[in-house]
Amino acid sequence: MFGYYLDLALRSLKRNKALTVLMVLAIAVGIGASMTTLTVMHLLSGDPLPGRSGTLFYPQVDPDPDPSPNHQPYDMMDYRSAQELWSAHRADREAMVTSSQLRLTASHLNLPPLMAQMLSTTSDFFPMFDVPFRYGGGWTAEDDRSRARVAVISSDLNDKLFNGADSVGRTLRLKDSDVRIVGVLAPWRPSPQFYDVAGGRFSNGDTAGFYQRPEDVFVPFQSSLEINAGGFQPFTCWSMPGDPAHLQNSPCVWVALWVQLDSAAKVAGYRRFVADYAAQQKALGRFVHADNTQLRSLMGWLDFNQVVPSDVRLQTWLALAFLLICLFNTVGLLLAKFLRRAGEIGVRRALGASRAAVFAQCLVEAGLIGLLGGASGLLLTLFGLWLVRSQPVEYADLVHLDTTMFLATFALAVVASLLAGVLPALRASRMPPGLQLKTL
Amino acid sequence: MQIQPILAALRRHRLASILIAMEIALACAVLCNACFLIVNRVQQTRVISGVDENALAAIKLTGYDPARGVDLNARVLSGLAKLPGVQSVSAINQVPFGDHAGTAGITTDPEGKRFGGVVDFYVGGRGSFEALGVRVVAGRLPQPADYQPVDFFVPDDSAVWVTHALAEHLWPGADPLGKEFWTGRFHFRVAGVLAHLARPYGGEGGPNTIEWSVYVPAQPGARLAAVYLLRADPAQLPRVLRDARAAMATIAPDAVLDSKASQTIGNLRENYFRQDRVMAGILVGVIAALLLVTALGIVGLASFWVQQRRRQIGVRRALGATRADILHYFQTENFLIVTGGIALGMLLAYALNLMLMQHYELPRLPLSYLPVGALALWGLGQLAVLGPALRAAAVPPVVATRSV
Repeated sequence: MFGYYLDLALRSLKRNKALTVLMVLAIAVGIGASMTTLTVMHLLSGDPLPGRSGTLFYPQVDPDPDPSPNHQPYDMMDYRSAQELWSAHRADREAMVTSSQLRLTASHLNLPPLMAQMLSTTSDFFPMFDVPFRYGGGWTAEDDRSRARVAVISSDLNDKLFNGADSVGRTLRLKDSDVRIVGVLAPWRPSPQFYDVAGGRFSNGDTAGFYQRPEDVFVPFQSSLEINAGGFQPFTCWSMPGDPAHLQNSPCVWVALWVQLDSAAKVAGYRRFVADYAAQQKALGRFVHADNTQLRSLMGWLDFNQVVPSDVRLQTWLALAFLLICLFNTVGLLLAKFLRRAGEIGVRRALGASRAAVFAQCLVEAGLIGLLGGASGLLLTLFGLWLVRSQPVEYADLVHLDTTMFLATFALAVVASLLAGVLPALRASRMPPGLQLKTL
Repeated sequence: MQIQPILAALRRHRLASILIAMEIALACAVLCNACFLIVNRVQQTRVISGVDENALAAIKLTGYDPARGVDLNARVLSGLAKLPGVQSVSAINQVPFGDHAGTAGITTDPEGKRFGGVVDFYVGGRGSFEALGVRVVAGRLPQPADYQPVDFFVPDDSAVWVTHALAEHLWPGADPLGKEFWTGRFHFRVAGVLAHLARPYGGEGGPNTIEWSVYVPAQPGARLAAVYLLRADPAQLPRVLRDARAAMATIAPDAVLDSKASQTIGNLRENYFRQDRVMAGILVGVIAALLLVTALGIVGLASFWVQQRRRQIGVRRALGATRADILHYFQTENFLIVTGGIALGMLLAYALNLMLMQHYELPRLPLSYLPVGALALWGLGQLAVLGPALRAAAVPPVVATRSV
């Protein structure tokens, strides 16, 4: 029966080509617009570490000495708090991170010096965030302690400096210090670049910067403080720093701490530990707001920072409204199409077709239009994504159509057109056959 | 034209009429709000920087040894001044639409109790004030003695120039000349008021704070180095900038040129607002597609109705109705449906605006957008129905006498 309906639907679509093209176009444009924005949304709002993000947490304390109540602790930590929490080693894994810029030269390579982004972190960073290595590996906890002059570099930098060859063991000059490369990352592009996310609530929705590429060079935290002394920027300060070159004792927050906690009990334990630490610091007279601590999960932290740029969200809403208008349009056109065939439907009904059969036949036709619309919509989606990729935004290179969204395109198109087809099909199946036959 | 029979006919096509009306209503809501968003974006890009944008360019160096900042300043300032076409070169900490480098909270009392807001400090060496081309509306111009050395951030005690907008915010209605404010241990006394000077990176506290800027005269030194303001004839500026960028390799081989920040102020402005322009472009595209789809929907349904009513049209024509009567019939019918849609659409537009206001920093939709949107949709409806209506008017009376 389905095959027969399909044949009927094809005939019907061929009969009035203009109307068919109009309907397919309306669905295609609506699907194209909404799938383009939904794909971008899907890529930007996804989990940067699927399967792992549930065990990662972002502790925050409030070192602000201003006694007026703060609503939220600062987005990052001062050096002392971060260092003391980190060195207590109460979590399964933990890493301090802070990002800075410095001059990188590879003297033997005859390239002009370039400004590189350096991530100062600790050895747990690589296993904790499942960072993939192409050559070598991360450094050890011993390297952290001994302030070893070692570095891990990104695959982009390795391609640029060493043409992608195994550069483990080679030396780089960071500012005025030589560091030995111990590891080269495989291409790694978490979306967003979660471990650097902070300050989203102050960005007025302009958060595209959270989707930039990871840093070029990764260096042990203490080593980096020596290498790039004076090169670190504070996130913010609660009073004017005395010596801007050294942030270690400054009234500034500039270090983030990430911890991995493998069970709910450990999470509760760590929460208590952070609260106890803040209370202890208050007793020491360093903190005023001891109760203002937080331990957000990775996804909770991303939500709190509203990482998806507000323009992207706005575009998604717009596209969905647009799809709705296209649907209304399709409902109207399908109605016209089915009712125009009143005579034909009357004959079918008079010859014994049930209402359900007429209804099914109409829906098959609507679904077929949806399928055609989905196929053209897919082309429009690819075109739309190409447009997004050509935009000067940080996440441009992330944008692609994955299998899920590819299938979702067709699902959305067919579901949308079936929804649009229900009302007209119902109308067509309810037509009294006698009346239609009389006019013939 | 009688409306009664049209209404009677519409009642028989209730579902289709409601569908078209709903489509118009949605289109009206999206159209009004999208237009409003576009106007908002475009307005944002019209920020008055207050400086001579087309005569200025910035050069920014990074990666140098901070201890050698004085030496770097001396080399760059003298080296760039020698380039042909350069009218002036001066040290400055930041430029409009560039990277911000002097953002701090201020208080209007020395104890730091009365918070005045977060503002941006333009710390500039000799010549930078004149090069910027800012307009002084009250007070004096900076004198050579005003340029003091900087230990860190700004001179400890300085005469400053604030924008009119900031003065109005800090001391509403009062004469700002001679007023004082502080940030930590640094003390400032207002020596003049500027007509406009936009902060480098938009207003962190929303669009109203975009002009909360302070100009602080200072001497270039270790703490005021690496960003330079070039002034040249607008016609020659691109060439001067190109030469200056190329010259950096020999003047300052120990530093790395920040390519993205070393641009004409015009280019920096363009990059700064690119995202807003792209978004406005997308919105225009959505509106165009929306109107097209809506129009096509009207054409489709109207054609169907015309075909369905061929016999009735024939009968009316045979009974003496003119072509114009038939034409007007369909036009009035469309007008009625669209009017219904618009009435609902205005409510929807308002609801959508309330939703947008919650999630985005958007003001309330001005009421003037509603009649404009209504006019656009009425026009669109009439345009879309014209084709089918003309076809209806062309139906010959003889159709009435044929059976099918």
